[in-house]
Amino acid sequence: MSKAKSKVSIANNLNTIDLVQRNLAKRKRAEWRFRAYGVGAILFGLACLLILFSDIISKGHGAFMQTQIYMEVTLDSQRLNIDDPTSDQQIRQANYDSVLAQALIAQYETGSTLSENTADSFKPLSALDKRQLLNLISTGAVYTIGQRLSDNPQLLNQTVGFWLIADDDVDNYVKNIEHGGKGFSSRLNKQQQEWVNNWMANEQVRQVFNSTFFTSGDSREPEQAGIHSALVGSLYMLLVTIGLTFPIGIAAAVYLEEYAAKNRVTDFIEVNINNLAAVPSIIFGLLGLAIFIGFFDMPRSVPLMGGLVLTLMTLPTIIISSRAAIKAVPPSIRDAAYGLGASKMQVVLHHVVPLAMPGMLTGAIIGFALALGETAPLLMIGMVAFIVDVPNGLMDPSSALPVQIFLWADSPERAFVERSSAAIMVLLAFLITMNGLAVWLRHRLGRSYQ
Amino acid sequence: MNSNSGYNGLFDPMLAPGRTLDFAQQGLSNKTVGNPFSEKAKMSVRNLNVYYDNKQAIHDVSLDIKRNEVMAMIGPSGCGKSTFLRCLNRMNDTLDNCRVEGEVTLDEHNIYDRKQDVVPLRARVGIVFQKPNPFPKSIYENVAYGPKVHGLVSRRAQLDEIVEDSLRKASLWDEVKDRLFSPGTGLSGGQQQRLCIARTIAVSPEVILMDEPCSALDPIATARIEELMAELSQNFTIAIVTHSMQQAARVSNRTAYFHMGRLIEVNDTRRVFTNPEHELTEAYITGRFG
Repeated sequence: MSKAKSKVSIANNLNTIDLVQRNLAKRKRAEWRFRAYGVGAILFGLACLLILFSDIISKGHGAFMQTQIYMEVTLDSQRLNIDDPTSDQQIRQANYDSVLAQALIAQYETGSTLSENTADSFKPLSALDKRQLLNLISTGAVYTIGQRLSDNPQLLNQTVGFWLIADDDVDNYVKNIEHGGKGFSSRLNKQQQEWVNNWMANEQVRQVFNSTFFTSGDSREPEQAGIHSALVGSLYMLLVTIGLTFPIGIAAAVYLEEYAAKNRVTDFIEVNINNLAAVPSIIFGLLGLAIFIGFFDMPRSVPLMGGLVLTLMTLPTIIISSRAAIKAVPPSIRDAAYGLGASKMQVVLHHVVPLAMPGMLTGAIIGFALALGETAPLLMIGMVAFIVDVPNGLMDPSSALPVQIFLWADSPERAFVERSSAAIMVLLAFLITMNGLAVWLRHRLGRSYQ
Repeated sequence: MNSNSGYNGLFDPMLAPGRTLDFAQQGLSNKTVGNPFSEKAKMSVRNLNVYYDNKQAIHDVSLDIKRNEVMAMIGPSGCGKSTFLRCLNRMNDTLDNCRVEGEVTLDEHNIYDRKQDVVPLRARVGIVFQKPNPFPKSIYENVAYGPKVHGLVSRRAQLDEIVEDSLRKASLWDEVKDRLFSPGTGLSGGQQQRLCIARTIAVSPEVILMDEPCSALDPIATARIEELMAELSQNFTIAIVTHSMQQAARVSNRTAYFHMGRLIEVNDTRRVFTNPEHELTEAYITGRFG
């Protein structure tokens, strides 16, 4: 068709199919753009996630390894100040610092066989040097020695080789040296770096899996700090929250949907539940502080309290999602059951709740995941405390994973940076496991009812 | 003899009868004509009025349903026939905005009595819905559900017997006997509706209400359900609401014609379709409006 002719046809009565053809290219472009927006949104989200994960993992992976230093220590009974290594009390009160210091200093003062370089240029160490040398080994190293002696009493007065935990600064230094150490300024001075370099040259330094991180509680010393108590505290709180929220939430949702008359009172309740879901979590912390601790005089910083506050916070979410799931049950199923003469309770228990369960579970687990990551309300009820011991029950003072991350991120020691990143990784792994569980449960329950 | 002629089974709601056929304008009677009452009534309805909020859906309907008959209810969309049917086993109780006045008796006992519990009532008056609605459970579980909730059986063997018997009566047994434990929702539409009928029969009700049971089915499935109704009427009293006048003519003994919430005419089916008493009935069955 020539140009002139097509112009005429536009001016005159247009053929429908021509119009459609003319618009088709435009529509296709619009369609393509629309899809591109969607792809762009997903890519943006993935990029954010990637940045977050790579940042956390690059910062935190180091915390899973721990530097140890090999040291031959003479368990001299006089220095230890014990005569009977089978006595618990003596083992506990023994002076391990002394034997450790002796072992460290001996390397440099007597020209030990382990350090050939310094043997030639022997000179006594100054008091400052001695202190700096001692600082290279973690204060927790004495427990390693004490434990070994208590397990093997015959080692008394013998020289024994130990792999001792290095101080966090040494740990940091060693890890950085291994990764090239570019742009790294160590907190160790030249003399200390030389000592560590010496040990490394003598293969007295090794990296092992940091089991302390998973088996011990918080500590002032990063190399001795772990997430065990925080993890257990979080688990206890989650148990309390699940145990209270799930039955209460479902009961409330079922009553509101199936039994309550639709009137002003239920409207009022519904509006309030929706409002509660939007209340900032720290307000629930204040509420818990005022009601549970202030009025009922319950102990602070215990998992039971934390669980109760998180229950208050999670309930509205669970009620709303459960109601939505119940509403989504097709009315024809209710009609069928009522038509057969099932009572209201039978309809609810046999049909409505089982059919709504996948939806309710999804909502509930998302709520629990939020509760697990919640920090603000816990600060209000004193769960921000420095807790070293692993809680043994709901009434023991404990910390929580997100609070532990908060505490560590606030600490000046550089080694706590990698530990907080590692704790974030553990928390994320926890959350991903929970979400995976939700997907699996929904799939399973969904299948048996389709 | 112009029954059914020109009628295509489809109704346009825009042609709602109120506009052209208002009772008062047309000077027509809104009193029920024909024979709504019977000596051998299984269920009797007297002066029934039903309201949705403030809108009246049923106006002063009185009707008897005879023992072991098939009573068909026809009429244009929105005429209140489904509402009327759902009053017979109090399914309207589940709707918050529905109010029922009047008396409905089952064997001379008022089912709207304060002391009447709906659970035993619905065991005696079962219902089959327009859209097949099997539970998302196995075929066996679907049929066994009613007897289970009412505690009709104590042993598994008895339950098996009831399930088989009900499926046979619903002429579904041969098709599903090898897959009783596969999901009921996996059956075809017609099979699902027969499963729903089997589920209703399993409680051995006295009356079965059917609310347009074939409107979601193809003609072959419809034919099977219609055959089934003829067999079932030997043991049960059946009230069926239908949009299809051919269906009413084929399956029912008596037909009630509803119009704008009023019961216009009740007569033997043959009489209604060949020689209707009321002008509105005639206008409807000849397809003058729908």
